[in-house]
Amino acid sequence: MATKQIQLSGAGGQGLVLAGVILAEAAMRDGKNVAVAQSYGPEARLGASKAEVIISTEKIAYPQVTRPDILLCLSQDAFAKYFPAVDNHALVVIDSTQVHMKSRERDNIIQLPLLRAAVEHVGNKLVTNIVALGALNALTGLVSWENLERAVAQRTPAKFRDQNLRALAVGRQLAQHILTNQTKEVDLWQQQQRPNGKAS
Amino acid sequence: MREPELVQGNEACARGALYAGCRFFAGYPITPSSEIMEYLAREMPKVGGICLQMEDEIASISAVIGASWGGAKAMTATSGPGFSLMQESIGYAAITETPCVIVDAQRWSPSTGQPTKAAQGDVMQARWGTHGDHPIIVLTASWVREVFEMTVHAFNFAEKYRVPVILLLDEVLAHLRENVILPEPGELEVISRQRPERLEDFQPFANEMMLNFGEGGHIMVTGMAHDEMGFPTQGQKAAEQLKRIVSKIERRAEELALYRAHYLDDAEAVIISYGITSRAVEAAVELMRAQGLAVGFLDLKTLWPFPEKLIRSWTEGVQYVLVPELNLGQLVREVERAVGGRAPVEHLGRVDGYLITPQEICQRVQERLGVNHGVRSS
Repeated sequence: MATKQIQLSGAGGQGLVLAGVILAEAAMRDGKNVAVAQSYGPEARLGASKAEVIISTEKIAYPQVTRPDILLCLSQDAFAKYFPAVDNHALVVIDSTQVHMKSRERDNIIQLPLLRAAVEHVGNKLVTNIVALGALNALTGLVSWENLERAVAQRTPAKFRDQNLRALAVGRQLAQHILTNQTKEVDLWQQQQRPNGKAS
Repeated sequence: MREPELVQGNEACARGALYAGCRFFAGYPITPSSEIMEYLAREMPKVGGICLQMEDEIASISAVIGASWGGAKAMTATSGPGFSLMQESIGYAAITETPCVIVDAQRWSPSTGQPTKAAQGDVMQARWGTHGDHPIIVLTASWVREVFEMTVHAFNFAEKYRVPVILLLDEVLAHLRENVILPEPGELEVISRQRPERLEDFQPFANEMMLNFGEGGHIMVTGMAHDEMGFPTQGQKAAEQLKRIVSKIERRAEELALYRAHYLDDAEAVIISYGITSRAVEAAVELMRAQGLAVGFLDLKTLWPFPEKLIRSWTEGVQYVLVPELNLGQLVREVERAVGGRAPVEHLGRVDGYLITPQEICQRVQERLGVNHGVRSS
């Protein structure tokens, strides 16, 4: 890896800047140079929000993303805004709970039910950002798991530390399914049906 | 070796202030500068300092001026709308030769504008925002570590020359986080105001010596034209005093000029920039050098006093000068004046709230140098 450019996009309040900071901190501990820029509107919450993370073995002169290698979309608006600008080489991960595609728009999109996994497996939708980080790292190997876990533990409130570490593991498992089954779409709820047979 | 840490631009500013000995901060939080005050509200009391939230920016700068005369190294931080409100008192700080630091994290254009979008539109306001001839020093920064260093320089200049110093940041740099190893105590020089040897015949407005209130000297501070003792004056004496306070900064333009110069020795084209835009310039110059183009850059840290001689010497014999900035043309006019028609000087501006990219810069320079290379994105 020389340089990786990552866009984490969604709505204000989803913790995208925090996710960017955690990812960058882990990469920094791995010995990389990092830059995290943020972009958001004037609203206190909701509205488009984006964190841009650059991880590099080289000096990072220009601190913003010019050509994303990885795009995460946690909202329909963010998908509509940022997806058209990425080219085919980029890995695109969308939260299928929150982003609905009209059709399979491109091959490079991976759909994961991130918010739903956060709610069902961690019991807190606020950790969706960390579920996403776990999934992204499993798909890309951007940073070491040791330093990612350490960054999550240090950058999240003590009261929610266990939930956040659990969220990271849940995201990792979600993406493992992609890797083992060579599919682009994960329907967690088909694999793990409830005892009553309903996908809840 | 020490471990790097992930630090935001605003935090680096706050930590630089504490490093420089700042023990008084008064402000009214405003995006994109708020994290400076957030950090100092938490950390200032731990070092025995004071952090006050005031009712507005006029009160904030006034409190800073008062605190400085009370003996504290003092700072405030704001953005465009608050910076406009502070202008009258910045003039007061200038004429009363009060050491203080004003941080302006620039955002998009006048009034409320776009609070979360970067700009470099306050360059002229920082120099001429308050009325009348006056001394001022304006610094800027491009990297998180540099924000720390320039904050320390800002305090050093303020204290050494008894002058308000403005540090211009911008929304992107203020919020940017980078891995840095910040200076340890003793690594950077820290300067404090010079004190007179004798109290009895001390003249508070004769030179850069300063006594604080309550230390026994006779001190009268007024925004009116005043003589060496601080008593109101007119005519020739007022002219002498004004010339003294302006020239104490202007005549030191060269020693105050902080900058980074790179690839300039053989450069046919020179790009002159400052602040966050210098990051795009550096990336662009590296790309063009890799293609064999003789392009160099001058990254200004001191904007005012304008480093005219520096610009003149580094642009000697070049074919082309480009000044990219996030506005419709401010510093470019000063550069034009310094270059004096010896090379074409062009402006590359952007005001849509986004940064100028390395690709835009490459494209412009290549066109002007008559080169038609495609440039890959970094």
